[in-house]
Amino acid sequence: MSREVAIVAFAQTDHTRRTDELSEVEMVMPVLHEVLRQTGLKTSDIGFTCSGSSDYLAGRAFSFTMALDGVGAWPPISESHVEMDGAWALYEAWVKLLTGEADTALVYSYGKSSPGSVRDVLTRQLDPYYVAPLWPDSVALAALQARALIDAGDTDEPALARIAARSRQDAAANPHAQLPGARPQGEHVVAPLRTGDCPPIGDGAAAVILAAGDRARELCARPAWITGMDHRIEAHSLGVRDLTDSPSTRLAAERAGAFERPVDTAELHAPFTSQEVVLRKALGLGDDVRVNPSGGALAANPVMAAGLIRIGEAAARIHRGTSDRALAHATSGPCLQQNLVAVLEGDSHE
Amino acid sequence: MSKEPVAIVGIGQTKHVAARQDVSMAGLVREAALRALEDAELTWADIDAVVIGKAPDFFEGVMMPELYLADALGAVGKPMIRVHTAGSVGGSTALVAANLVAARVHGTVLTLAFEKQSESNAMWGLSLPVPFQQPLLAGAGGFFAPHVRAYMRRTGAPDAIGSLVAYKDRRNALKNPYAHLHEHDITLEKVQASPMLWDPIRYSETCPSSDGACAMVLTDRAGAARSPRPPAWMHGGAMRSEPTLFAGKDFVSPQAGRDCAADVYRQAGVTDPRRQIDAVEMYVPFSWYEPMWLENLGFAEEGEGWKLTEAGVTELDGDLPVNPSGGVLSTNPIGASGMIRFAEAALQVRGQAGEHQVDGARTAMGHAYGGGAQFFAMWLVGSEPPTT
Repeated sequence: MSREVAIVAFAQTDHTRRTDELSEVEMVMPVLHEVLRQTGLKTSDIGFTCSGSSDYLAGRAFSFTMALDGVGAWPPISESHVEMDGAWALYEAWVKLLTGEADTALVYSYGKSSPGSVRDVLTRQLDPYYVAPLWPDSVALAALQARALIDAGDTDEPALARIAARSRQDAAANPHAQLPGARPQGEHVVAPLRTGDCPPIGDGAAAVILAAGDRARELCARPAWITGMDHRIEAHSLGVRDLTDSPSTRLAAERAGAFERPVDTAELHAPFTSQEVVLRKALGLGDDVRVNPSGGALAANPVMAAGLIRIGEAAARIHRGTSDRALAHATSGPCLQQNLVAVLEGDSHE
Repeated sequence: MSKEPVAIVGIGQTKHVAARQDVSMAGLVREAALRALEDAELTWADIDAVVIGKAPDFFEGVMMPELYLADALGAVGKPMIRVHTAGSVGGSTALVAANLVAARVHGTVLTLAFEKQSESNAMWGLSLPVPFQQPLLAGAGGFFAPHVRAYMRRTGAPDAIGSLVAYKDRRNALKNPYAHLHEHDITLEKVQASPMLWDPIRYSETCPSSDGACAMVLTDRAGAARSPRPPAWMHGGAMRSEPTLFAGKDFVSPQAGRDCAADVYRQAGVTDPRRQIDAVEMYVPFSWYEPMWLENLGFAEEGEGWKLTEAGVTELDGDLPVNPSGGVLSTNPIGASGMIRFAEAALQVRGQAGEHQVDGARTAMGHAYGGGAQFFAMWLVGSEPPTT
């Protein structure tokens, strides 16, 4: 007998290229306060807290211990942390609520890419003995995937450009986006990917509140019920994967119940235009599904928060009544190695 | 809605050593995972999900190593989560895995924690950015020594208590084939004559820097029924956190530790831990933390913990054995250390701790802490399934 759990509040920062003037705590606090304000909850009312972040972005060990200060963690709280995108922190919190040990959960994540070169930093995710020493950067790896897609006849450069244009056009209506509105597709960064095919580099944070059962109905007029959530990982080595497909996304979606009925909205964590092509295929999304109305990661890609933001954006559309059944996706690792899918639904029309 | 009971049916560790130069990180974790599967008589195909933990990525210089380790841990096509809660991470990782079973999201979960500290320098991995902090904070010992001193002043504990703990744990380690330090010629005098590092903490009262991994297979009631060996059953588990630094924080006995223990006891129906718990695997990286945590966890009244240590209560043949495995003082692959505490507690109630088995242990506690004594993770396991 599964327990009903919903997203009842979501907040994110205005994503920007740099936040030199802000510590991580200062960046996180406003979004924490915003989700608490939306629900009227205080930190002391929260049953479980979980965050996602990466020490490598922060450039120092145990960076999350300081960010926790932003929660106001006294008296002591029930709390955990994943060294992953906040989407997986949300997953951990969801499981915690399913056990019945807590009725509410606060989830947050953040990333500051500005202090270093995120393209170089992400190379440290790779096999440390055979691949990382070569420093293949994240754009180059995504370009390999894009090339494989073009060679397979799944897309071409003009089609990728249309994805970029649509995303940023949609982002014009998103006050938090870093790159809203039309902009030129630009030169190749690593062929076949052009500037427009790549995400902006920036800093940002997001927070979500989850609640179970009637608690969710008390806290939110139209809760975004999590009807299913699952995530799957693939082999690390690019040489043993078909880069034009994403079986882990398909399996996660299946396990999350995404294929049981059509969705009207999909927020896909595709930092590169070419990755949207892969994900659309894996998820079998038709043209009638609204993909990334927020502008997606192409409009704002705060690493470690961008996945949680996809879930939050999908939930917010349900809160507003502009979606009844939405799919949210988050990814981790090079070339979509690990993928999470959540299915969110609003209560049916009265 | 009731939770699914969680059983521990497989436990595997590597032989912990200063440097495992014969294996990669993938080889190290696979060794522990295979031993846990072998113990449970299961194969990779029986595992529904993998939950992995380790301390900071800077310890090995790999960002989010779960990505690279997915293949080695048979996780391809499965869910995989990476937990990081500083030194308590080994415990937290096991609890996240246990919740997957308790929530009936998965039937059988592999959980693993590791550290291959030889690939980096933990002393500096543990230090906040040095140019901007007092040199005092270099390494963990510099951070914790003043709090040990505060404990001594507060309780009037004699100077020799710390060395008794170290002497006991290092002797216990001789009975544990997986322990890192096997000091066959250890004597109390040698501990007391070892160099002072961070007054009052002596060299022999500190933990080593180890390479190692620990894995467990957690499963539901149906999985436990198929287990070839007696399972350990989880009766309670909790995490608590508090900030690193703030006015009013009690570094000697942090509130988060007390609250965490109280939550675990409530879940397990324990009202008198000193009498109801048969063995404790406690996170003691510096010897003085044994008497300090005895008080924090409710095994002794405030100010009385050192008296239990002095009276031999915490010896392997004592009334409340603490760290029969040799503990963190004998083996410290940091990210794995908490999970080793949890796993050793489970070994005790399964009656499978070998030479360091506590006779008749039916209820045991695993304890971990991390950060500036601010993150706590604990579980209580028993030889019988929970009744509620």
